[in-house]
Amino acid sequence: MSNRDFAPKIVAFCCYYCAYSAADLAGSLRLQYPPTVRLIEQPCSGKIDIRLLLQAFEAGADGVYVAGCLEGDCHFLQGNIRAKKRVNAAKKILDKIGVGGERLEMFNLSGSMGPRFAAIATEMTERILRLGPSPLSTADKGEEGKAE
Amino acid sequence: MIVAAAKPWEEIMASLHGMHKVLVVGCGGCVAVCLAGGEKEAGIMASTLRMQRKLQGEPVETEEITLTRQCDPEYVRELGKKLEGVDGILSLACGVGVQVIAEHYPNIWVAPALNTKFAGATLEHGSWEERCGLCGDCVLGQTGGICPIIRCAKSLLNGPCGGSQDGKCEVKPNECAWNLIYERMGRLGRLNQLLEVAEAKDWSQGRDGGPRRVVREDVKLDD
Ligand code: SF4
Ligand code: SF4
Repeated sequence: MSNRDFAPKIVAFCCYYCAYSAADLAGSLRLQYPPTVRLIEQPCSGKIDIRLLLQAFEAGADGVYVAGCLEGDCHFLQGNIRAKKRVNAAKKILDKIGVGGERLEMFNLSGSMGPRFAAIATEMTERILRLGPSPLSTADKGEEGKAE
Repeated sequence: MIVAAAKPWEEIMASLHGMHKVLVVGCGGCVAVCLAGGEKEAGIMASTLRMQRKLQGEPVETEEITLTRQCDPEYVRELGKKLEGVDGILSLACGVGVQVIAEHYPNIWVAPALNTKFAGATLEHGSWEERCGLCGDCVLGQTGGICPIIRCAKSLLNGPCGGSQDGKCEVKPNECAWNLIYERMGRLGRLNQLLEVAEAKDWSQGRDGGPRRVVREDVKLDD
């Protein structure tokens, strides 16, 4: 599949207090960001756990990111720090099994950073476009191919 | 609690080689508390297994279940209804749980996902340390509640040895258990108790010589 046909599916787990508000702000400011990103609102980035991150890939995501408040600014004090550790642990699993840890990232921003929200969505989209579709989805195609 | 930690991934994968359907069984007891084998860890392991197998072109189906405890037959019997079409079981319990499953299901393969490490305590979230060597004849009553069998690198009954330096053990970077015992006994005004020389321990109560058993007629249900 050439990159031109590839519309990545990217899941963004966004903390309600920062990234989700920043997304709102980006919308109010009429900032463009790629339609590849699907937002999932979280009460805190610390809600994220490794299982959820892996499930997103299993369910067909080509890339996943967690967006939490700036370090030191978490409304629940440590949620974003804990999220970062879990993201790093999940990256190791993805590397180990051949999906690739690069497809997962943690970002920090504040609710007032609308332009940064758009920039992150663009940055992640570019990264996934460069990496291509998730090997899991190509493995799917392989199976379908075999069945035919 | 029993403290355990995940086995290397390659070992787990090898133990499930060739299987098309695997039942991943977590345990809600000790290993859930030490974050090695509870429901969440079973979910992570099952998901990792499915993805890796898919990428290898050998997809595997998984079922997940987390039992209240895997060391009690009444819970392990719940697995019976989950076994249809299952080629093997991956148990995230301690070695006890794995064996109880093996005993109850003689015709199905069961592999351990964890290495069972020790009987220990939580030092802080994410950090555990051994506290009891399960010696069968506890001496904590003579040592102020600090176990010399496990916490002294040489398991001395009459310590400390000559290598105790500034409260540290000469073998490991840990605190010298006998220094801890001495300080605690002193605080409690019981240093005289340490003047008694402890006799050789009765290791017939220990783990050598086959499995030990505890039987309580008063609580048995068969009458
Ligand atoms: S099976 Fe092992 S880990 Fe699970 S409750 Fe029993 S002793 Fe604890
Ligand atoms: S003396 Fe034996 S039973 Fe008591 S804590 Fe130490 S190892 Fe465990």
